[in-house]
Formats: sequence, C-alpha cells, structure tokens
Amino acid sequence: MLRSLGYALFLAPAFVLQAAAQTPAPLAGQGCLGCHGSAGQGQGPVAALAGRDRGEIIAAMRAFAANERPATIMNRIARGYTDAEIEAIAAWFAAQPR
Amino acid sequence: MSLHPSRRAILAGLAAGLAAPSIGRAQATARLVIVGGGFGGASAASFARRAHPELDVTLVEPQRSFVTCPYGNLVLAGRRGLDSITHSYDGLRARGVRVVHDRAAEVDPTARRIRLAGGEVLGFDRAILSPGIALRWGAIEGYDEAAAQRMPHGWVPGDGSQTRTLRRMLEEMPDGGVVGLAIPGNPFRCPPGPYERISMIAEYLRAHKPRSKILALDAKEGFSKQALFQDGWRALYGDMIEWVPASRDGKVTRVDPAAMEFETEFGTRHRVAVGNVIPPQRAADIAQPFANEGGWVPVDPVTFEARNAPGVHVVGDANAGTPMPKSGYVANSTAKQAVAAAAALLRGEAPPEPVYFNTCYSHVGPEYGISVVGVFRAGPDGIAEVSGSGGVSPRGDLPEQRRLEALYADAWYDSITGEMFG
Repeated sequence: MLRSLGYALFLAPAFVLQAAAQTPAPLAGQGCLGCHGSAGQGQGPVAALAGRDRGEIIAAMRAFAANERPATIMNRIARGYTDAEIEAIAAWFAAQPR
Repeated sequence: MSLHPSRRAILAGLAAGLAAPSIGRAQATARLVIVGGGFGGASAASFARRAHPELDVTLVEPQRSFVTCPYGNLVLAGRRGLDSITHSYDGLRARGVRVVHDRAAEVDPTARRIRLAGGEVLGFDRAILSPGIALRWGAIEGYDEAAAQRMPHGWVPGDGSQTRTLRRMLEEMPDGGVVGLAIPGNPFRCPPGPYERISMIAEYLRAHKPRSKILALDAKEGFSKQALFQDGWRALYGDMIEWVPASRDGKVTRVDPAAMEFETEFGTRHRVAVGNVIPPQRAADIAQPFANEGGWVPVDPVTFEARNAPGVHVVGDANAGTPMPKSGYVANSTAKQAVAAAAALLRGEAPPEPVYFNTCYSHVGPEYGISVVGVFRAGPDGIAEVSGSGGVSPRGDLPEQRRLEALYADAWYDSITGEMFG
C-alpha cells in the first residue's frame, strides 16, 4: 500500500503534486488547523494528522466523543461534529503529505 | 475570458509560488478587499489565497507588523518578549496578497468602494471588515488617551507600546504595592483575557515581588472559566489576588491617573501602584455605520455580511456574534466562512453551511493551562453551540491536564499564527 503510493507520487508531475497539496481542508475541518497546523503537520505535543490512516482518525474521533479514549480537550471537540464531517476531515488529513 | 479551471488553478499556484501577484491579479475575476490585518483579516487573506486563488485579494492595515493580543499577557509575566508575538505581513505578500499600509476611512457598500486615509480608493466585489475594537474613551470618567499613558489598557496592542508600558510599570513598582485592574462588563474582546492577565501578573509578582497584591475590580458578577481560574489562583498564589464583583462594589466608574486612584460605583477609592484599565468597548470606527445601538455590527449567521450592508462581511471582534466569544480563534473561523460564503455568492451559488470553532486557552501559572471549547452552528434562531459539545476543562487536582493544556496553548499560538502569517 505504502509502496504503491510512493510509486504514484514518484510518477506524478510536479504541478499535480502541488495542486493536490493545495486542496484546502473541508470547511468543517478548518477549525482543526489552528492547533494541528495548516497542513495537519502537528505542533509540539499536538498530534500530526497529515498522512495518518483515515480509519484511525475516524476511530479516534468516535472514541473521543464517547469518552472512551483519554483526552485533554479532544473529547469536548469531537462531540461537536457529525459522522459525515469527521469522515471528510479524516480523508483530507489522510491525503496530506507527512 | 475563461480558462480551464485546472489550468487557472495551476497559474494561480505558480503565481503564488513565484511571488508574482500581478500574474494572479491579471487572471482574477473578483476583487476581495479586506480591512484589518489581525486574526480575522489575516486569516481571511491567507485562506482566500489558499482556497480561492481566483480571488484578487487586497489587505488594508495601517500597522507594518502585527502584535497579537493573545500571549501579550505572557509578555507581562516576563516569559516572552514582544518580538515573539510580532508578525510580519511578508508571508501574506508571498501568497499573492496585496498589502496596503493605510487606514480605511470609509466604506461605501452601495458603490462598493473603500476610501483610504491616504486618498486611494479601492473598488471591491466583496469586502471583509475585521477592524477590531475601539475603546470607549470617557465611559470611565477620567479615562482618555492621555490617562492610558499612566494607566495602560494593554487591550489594543497597536505597535506594542501599551503592553511595553504596562510591563515596565510592573518592573518598576515596589514590592508590597497594589496592582489594580478595572475590568469591563460584557461584551468585550477576549472574555478570559483579564483573568489570564491577573494570573500572569501574579506569576511575575510571586517570583519577584511576593508581598504585592492584585486588586481586580470587575463590572460583572462572573466571568469566563471562573471556577478554574479561582482554583488555580488559590493553589498557586494564595491570597495575593482579590477579585471584586459589581455587587461588592467592583465597578470602576472614575479614575484619577495623577493620584493613581480608581473610584468605584459606590464611591470607594483605591490607591494603586500600577493601574490597568480595560475600558468598555465597541466596534472600530470604520464599522460603526453598520453597528447597532450597542456599537457592534449585527451579521448574517451564515455569511457574516452586515445586516444593513450586503456584500460587506464583518468578522472578528467588531460583530455582534453572540453566543460566540470575541476571540482570535472565532475571528479565524468566521473569517474562513465569510471568504467561502463570499466566493460562493460571487459564483452565484448558495453559501456553505458553517461550523464555527473556538478554543480559548489561558495560562494560569507555570505548566498550568485551562481552556474553553465551543463548536457552533447556524440554526433558525441564529448561531448556537452544538448541544453536548464544548465546555471548560475539568476541575480538580489534575496536574497532567493543566501541564498539557499549557503546552497545547503554546502549540495553538504557533500553529494559528503560522497559518495566518506563514
């Protein structure tokens, strides 16, 4: 999986890569960027989300919302978003370069 | 003229990458003029270039660089220098934003023109105003611009001189002196800000002038994250801080800067060594034609257009955006929604459904942070917090929670300013 993705990136012309990198986060996910970074790169102890597995992000958000995962602040945040929003946000982060 | 969308995106991307905004502008279809280069305006400009490269973006801001309100309290604590909270507009220029260092003097929403103090007139298809607040000089008797030299407000950073003055006064005061704060009623910029300031001043005094006191005179009965702040104050600073609500004569109605005295509603006079007056506020002058009786601009909850000026979106502290707080994060969030709405309306499409996001972290002491979170949506009765979400940090003896929130606060500051100015 990782190898095929690397291969695709290797073949992609530079301008396609640039266009992909510049696809903005879904509006519902714009609020994430103020802490997790404008490209999801993370900052200090705030987790990097760029390139993380989509399903892993979705599962984490569901667990935060249900108070089933230890949280400092994400539990309060996760409960504000719909499943569809979380799925779209997770897909965007997953598509960002690490 | 029509370019294939992908080709246009590539050209715009190249223009941004090469820092040649004139190429981008030649292809542009619509002019977005943004007034104010703070959290709302810089966020709008950056987001417009990232998400809507077809827009021609001009940012009007008198200051050559931006000193943030957030983290100003850490300068007062002596933890940070002003340089570390001062940001250049070069990053926005490199993204293809035309930055005009002038003051917007008048907005004509009908002719869609903004006149600048220097004489230039900017036509716009959509305008975003994020001009921030003006202080109500004279609302507290004796508190005018001259008085603010002796009793700084430190609430509109400008070139940083107010924050610098307040810090210098704290450094020069004797151990055992009283630091007085006058805190306004709602609504005002940054609801937890005065209480973080109390905390950061206490942190400095405890380390350097431990016999000193802080007298916080408040025009309100309660405040943001109150229980968390007061828990922290007791734990970290003992009896150094006295907070006085309006019902116990906390409302300051007059100041005498020459005598360094605060006078309250019922005539009590308090002598202070350092006086920090945070006066009542309203939207900045440029937004006043669109404001209500309270001085704030009522806005559409989805587009953030002024109710009386379609095409003019008002974000940041200047609007009447309740129940959302006047915070940097809300300014950032609503600015993006306003840009997305403006871009949709310019294409003849419906504006997107908004999700507004806020987190306000406050530092209470070393390795001690607290927060309030809010997720908001537009409903039939205006903007409302999503039920069951958000809220404040848990109370109790939770050192790891406090330590992490202090670290997250620092990460927030770096991430959001990086997004705005990077």
